[in-house]
Amino acid sequence: MREMTINATVENIPAVTAFVDENLESLGCPLKAQMQIDIAIDELFGNIANYAYRPGVGPATVRVEVEDEPLAVIITFIDHGKPFDPLGVSDPDTTLSAEDRAIGGLGVFLVKKTMDELTYEYKDGKNILRIKKHI
Amino acid sequence: MQIDLNRQDDKLTAVMHGRIDTSTAPEAEKILLSALDGVTDLVLDFEDIQYISSAGLRVLLLVYKRMKTQGSLKLVKVGEVVREVLEITGFDELLNVEDA
Repeated sequence: MREMTINATVENIPAVTAFVDENLESLGCPLKAQMQIDIAIDELFGNIANYAYRPGVGPATVRVEVEDEPLAVIITFIDHGKPFDPLGVSDPDTTLSAEDRAIGGLGVFLVKKTMDELTYEYKDGKNILRIKKHI
Repeated sequence: MQIDLNRQDDKLTAVMHGRIDTSTAPEAEKILLSALDGVTDLVLDFEDIQYISSAGLRVLLLVYKRMKTQGSLKLVKVGEVVREVLEITGFDELLNVEDA
């Protein structure tokens, strides 16, 4: 298990992505899965950066864990900002044209579709958001 | 994120590089939207794009809406990861997309 704690800001998304990618590369993660995970980081850490501590700034911890048989990577995002369950956001209405739909909600929808699991809990004053991807 | 703009008369080809995500989307939006005056034929070359997130989709939507009033828009050399994002979100139905 490896983790980093960093201020949850948009400027720090590349640092979080680099940290996770380094772990994925050492696991021999296929490039496609790595990019899907990078997108998930952008969506989820981006949400934390934009909303969790607004209008202030606060820290978030990103933890990378590995599961064997089948090989999977689990990434956990922890912040102690405002309680926010991204799974509570309704999926975009796919009966509408993409043009008429709100962009909000699309990011979490993408994560749900490309990751094998997405879970959320609020515990001890912390938002704990976890994705799992078989690689 | 880097965008190379190649303009020939009313046709603009924007060769995009890197990732279109939360950190790069604002700059991509600024570069693209400020280059569209008089353009009737816009091609976005995605060959060197690694991936796009919802922040990038928002930029594509803005560019699409602008081009709808003044000409055509095509995404070319779109790779597997970006294609999947476009399909999941329904953007593949809105946009003219050519695979790599």
